[in-house]
Amino acid sequence: MSAPHGGYYLPDPSHWPILGSIGLFSIFLGSATWLNGASAGGLIIGFGIAVFLFMLFGWFGTVIRESVTGTYNHQVDVSFRWGMFWFIVSEVMFFGGFFGALFYSRILSVQWLGGAGDGFATHQFLWPDFVPDWPMTVMPDPSKWTVYREVIPAIGVPLLNTIILVSSSFTVTFGHWALKKGNRRAQSWWLFVTLALGFTFVGIQATEYVHAYHELGLTLHSGIYGTTFFMLTGFHGLHVTIGATMLTVIWLRSLSGHFTPENHFGFEAVAWYWHFVDVVWLFLFTFVYWL
Amino acid sequence: MSQAVAHGHDDHSHLPAGWKRWLFTTNHKDIGTLYLSFALIMFFIGGAMAMIIRLELLEPGVQYVDPTFFNSMTTMHALVMIFGVVMPGTVGFANWLIPMMIGSPDMALPRMNNWSFWILPFAFTLLLGSLFLPGGGPAGGWTMYPPLMLQTGFALPFVIFAVHFLGASSIMGSINIIATIFNMRAPGMTFMRLPLFVWTWLITSFLLIATIPVLAGAVTMLLTDKYFGTSFFNAAGGGDPVLFQHVFWFFGHPEVYILILPSFGIVSQILPTFSRKPLFGYESMVYATASIAFLSFFVWAHHMFTVGMPLAGELFFMYATMSIAVPTGVKVFNWVATMWRGSMTFETPMLWAISFVVLFTIGGFSGLMLGITPADFQYHDTYFVVAHFHYVLVTGAVFGMIGGVYYWLPKWTGHMYDETLGKIHFWVSVISVNLLFFPQHFLGLAGMPRRIPDYAVQFTEWNQISSIGGFVFGASQLIFLYLIIRCIRGGAKATDQVWEGAHGLEWTLPSPPPYHSFTTPPQVTDAVAHS
Repeated sequence: MSAPHGGYYLPDPSHWPILGSIGLFSIFLGSATWLNGASAGGLIIGFGIAVFLFMLFGWFGTVIRESVTGTYNHQVDVSFRWGMFWFIVSEVMFFGGFFGALFYSRILSVQWLGGAGDGFATHQFLWPDFVPDWPMTVMPDPSKWTVYREVIPAIGVPLLNTIILVSSSFTVTFGHWALKKGNRRAQSWWLFVTLALGFTFVGIQATEYVHAYHELGLTLHSGIYGTTFFMLTGFHGLHVTIGATMLTVIWLRSLSGHFTPENHFGFEAVAWYWHFVDVVWLFLFTFVYWL
Repeated sequence: MSQAVAHGHDDHSHLPAGWKRWLFTTNHKDIGTLYLSFALIMFFIGGAMAMIIRLELLEPGVQYVDPTFFNSMTTMHALVMIFGVVMPGTVGFANWLIPMMIGSPDMALPRMNNWSFWILPFAFTLLLGSLFLPGGGPAGGWTMYPPLMLQTGFALPFVIFAVHFLGASSIMGSINIIATIFNMRAPGMTFMRLPLFVWTWLITSFLLIATIPVLAGAVTMLLTDKYFGTSFFNAAGGGDPVLFQHVFWFFGHPEVYILILPSFGIVSQILPTFSRKPLFGYESMVYATASIAFLSFFVWAHHMFTVGMPLAGELFFMYATMSIAVPTGVKVFNWVATMWRGSMTFETPMLWAISFVVLFTIGGFSGLMLGITPADFQYHDTYFVVAHFHYVLVTGAVFGMIGGVYYWLPKWTGHMYDETLGKIHFWVSVISVNLLFFPQHFLGLAGMPRRIPDYAVQFTEWNQISSIGGFVFGASQLIFLYLIIRCIRGGAKATDQVWEGAHGLEWTLPSPPPYHSFTTPPQVTDAVAHS
């Protein structure tokens, strides 16, 4: 039933998906247990992560083996492309939800709490001392939420990070050009530069977080400003980490000569993903740090 | 396209047998069967919860269950029926039918197809398991509004992670469906020749990919607000509980079209067959479906008219909501026009499809009433809303699916079902379902609030009628279960075409069809596609 050459490849039954489910289930179960205060949660999470990683190695390993042995025809390649494309669209919508929360709180809820629109009575009766600034200079209820000394200015480390991430989008493209010309050496080097830039970005973000928590007093508890700041940049940082890990994988695959000028979907998928995290960062830089 | 020839030998001696076949399968028919069976089991679990609700509401006062348990039953009933019945059930139809309808050997990404199904039992273990935790299951309603939902005990993270997990399944399922429809069509199967069921699932998949991640974001915000000190929904930190409702309904409104569009597609396949006429206005059906889906992104706040929005918002969302009536009207008109002067016969699938058109339209009209802002101030959170969405979801989405099961069951199993039993199932269901839900309109208009175990004595009679209707409707589904099991086990041999008036590629395959639907892609012409 599987057709190694010619027809559309239909894989044999596979045990990887069910292992993925067991892994994810354990991660979720463990996390829920841990959040409820039971110490066994950590163990279940650990087990889940181990199973999930085993699944990732096994499943991707199978796909890579099938790919390099020429099992996939052009039509299979197109299916993979649509798959990756719509996956990235779903990721865009995930960030869209959090950006929506940012715009809503900044433009509407904070202003209403400060008395704008129909919020006059709200302001008078709830927290008359609240001033609707952004970044916030005072919390609506200062007894529950701590205000920070200052926030991270856009022109500074975030700008440096912008330069790093935008450059890495260029370097991955240079790697793609080299791949298309069949220059494996240049391709691997450009990939290495890209993933190095990616991990540098993550490292700098981590230092910034430490700085924010310890010196600026800006934390996840700093009202809606701290909430949107850390949730947006945090989820972005997580995606950069995933992207840089994927870059590492295709760098290793590139060193092993897996990609040919004609057949390199794995490379392109990671490159698309990398451009996606880059574009999300540009929105973050503009709306979270700058404006 | 012409390369889409899977090697033709149908020798499955190397396939695993027994439970391994179902656990590891990468075949679209096996996975479709798994999805449909899962949905059927969940239908009875969610139905049992509904029976508990109707039992408690049989008379005023609190008699049978604890109010908190009652609240967790309304919450769980909704989550099970939406995420466990209608969504997996329609994906089951998609899996079985789309490859057969577009002339492809299988789905585009078969391994991922397995994963998107096998997430479901695990996710529902998390969700249903939360009922047995100390403090009980989630009781804040399926809409999970904070701050109420944040008062949930141990169950909260279980529910939230279950929603994440189910979301992953839906996204993978829809990616697979889109990739299949874009990339696996047989030569000549152009977009405007696709059967309408395929079109509705294509559009449903776009909706899923666009909205499920937003739901994931919303429940993530609940999680961090509860456990990590964020203040998305806490005004004391500058957030707003209403923000949750905006984010949730940005998902939630397209979600109701996710639930109904596949049934639109099923009904659009059934009506032409038994009217022996092509679907009236095929192209306008496609455009109407796309318009409904597009507009569904701009109407979400009609679920929140009474929450305290600026007037401009209330008006915008009212007019946007009204505008959806136009493409929906196009569809209902086309269904009726398809039957107009047709040589109609009334086999069981046709009965379900006709009742779908009539009863869904009732639900549509009550939806229009709810969409009028000043009127909604009266109806909001009453049993009128409950009546409305059960007309669109039970007599709409579920009736469409049941009709689809009768329509394609002979194709899937190779056996004809018992027509007499099918008709009994239909008539008992259609009478009892109206007994169940129609009085709820009166209760709502008279002021009975939803999600409440007790009520004022003047609501007693209609509640009793509704409960009796509910018990009969619940029991009549056992006929359905019995009929399906009997049809799988045997019965009169079904022909390839099954129905005299049936057209489309799936009817050119044997009943039951071979393991890989089209190993050689058929050449599709206008005659095959639309006849």
